[in-house]
Amino acid sequence: MRPWVTAFAAIVAREALRFIHQRERFLAALVRPLVWLLVFAAGFRAALGLSIIPPYQTYITYETYIVPGLCGMILLFNGMQSSLSLVYDREMGSMRLLLTAPLPRWFLLVSKLFGATFISILQVYAFLAIAAAFGIDMAPGGYLAALPALLLAGLMLGALGLALSSFIKQLENFAGVMNFVIFPMFFLSSALYPLWKMAESSPLLRDICAVNPFTHAVELIRFALYLEWNLPALGWTALATLGFLALALRGYDPARGLIRRRR
Amino acid sequence: MSLEVADLTFRYGSKTALDAVGFIVPPGRFAALLGPNGAGKSTLFGLLTRLFTAPSGRIAIAGHDMARSPRGALARMGVVFQQPTLDLDLTVRQNLAYFAALHGLAGREARSRIDAALDRLWMRERASEKTRDLNGGHRRRTEIARALLHRPSVLLLDEPTVGLDAAARTAITDHVHALARDEGLTVLWATHLTDEVANDDQLILLHQGRILADGTAHELHGATPLREWFLARTGAEA
Repeated sequence: MRPWVTAFAAIVAREALRFIHQRERFLAALVRPLVWLLVFAAGFRAALGLSIIPPYQTYITYETYIVPGLCGMILLFNGMQSSLSLVYDREMGSMRLLLTAPLPRWFLLVSKLFGATFISILQVYAFLAIAAAFGIDMAPGGYLAALPALLLAGLMLGALGLALSSFIKQLENFAGVMNFVIFPMFFLSSALYPLWKMAESSPLLRDICAVNPFTHAVELIRFALYLEWNLPALGWTALATLGFLALALRGYDPARGLIRRRR
Repeated sequence: MSLEVADLTFRYGSKTALDAVGFIVPPGRFAALLGPNGAGKSTLFGLLTRLFTAPSGRIAIAGHDMARSPRGALARMGVVFQQPTLDLDLTVRQNLAYFAALHGLAGREARSRIDAALDRLWMRERASEKTRDLNGGHRRRTEIARALLHRPSVLLLDEPTVGLDAAARTAITDHVHALARDEGLTVLWATHLTDEVANDDQLILLHQGRILADGTAHELHGATPLREWFLARTGAEA
């Protein structure tokens, strides 16, 4: 068991070291949700009326509503960013080094996933701290309760990134991921507006949002921040995590998958 | 501990990249896998390192069958890939420590092996430098030092001198020859450069996915210079 623990610790530490060396990535990951929180939300506050919906017990400001969605945004963008770095790693060869380690391939990939998720969670807490400084805060226990929700959501989005990286042939194709994965996933979710609000304009869009795993990841985080369980969201997020992971492991399977197909 | 490849066939769609490739590199032997660009060397390395698997054929590293015991085979194999695989933001020591950990080595044991590996390749004084600041020759030396950390029985190198100047090429080629001769390491060295092959090396000539020749280099090319012999057999430019 010891070699597994040693390898896991090294893979996570490497992700952390890479992150420390890319401070601009940390800033970019924070600036994006902060712009949404402090600029976009301020403009939309007047346009969007919110009713009382669980887990909220009272009327809330729009800024308060979108905080969990913006936590999800950090995890989503980081998941895709790590997918980009995986494609880069594969082209540069360092992915080869990882995959030739004498450990099961699933373990190596899952370890990498955990490493990337830990870094994402650090960024989420930095964002939550800044949001609290601007008066958008939760009960102290909510921050702790959100940790497992953030971990699961981060793993789900990281697994999606991993699966995508196994199907993206070249780095240049990555722009398509932005257009076809990140934006639809983010906008067709409950991150920016509640689903009942979406149903007012289009029941079809509401249904699409309702099956989007990102919606459930956001709701899982939202409820956890308010110390409540959302079991359907938990179930959906866990199911999507397993599905994306299975897809990723298939993509990196030495007997099939992209590595085998490309020259 | 040897390297055995038997009846290995691999296709990219309808194109056959390797066609019933087979050879044995005995323990302590330096084998040069010589072939022009596109001969199938990189595909063979992809299979030898289990980046992907072939539907037919067999690979055994130091007695461990790659299909049945992949972890045993990978644990006994050191690899230097053609593409650079160093993390440029990390120091030489951090790169080596990361690799050591992937092979289950940590703490004092890892540190002493890293020091020994760096000493052997005259890289100890560079241990704290970021690999981004190293020249091509030193980066390759770092990769070779790294590939030896877990004391493999078989060392695979895929065109390791690409992009290096003449002095660095000679130093690295000589060093790996010495590893086979003095330390009993089994070496498979893929190249398209005939001047990297010594007269008493095992020479495996790969062309269009097939083994055209396999034997001791000087016995194969005889009085004909190796470069001319190679060109005549493959019609390629060396």
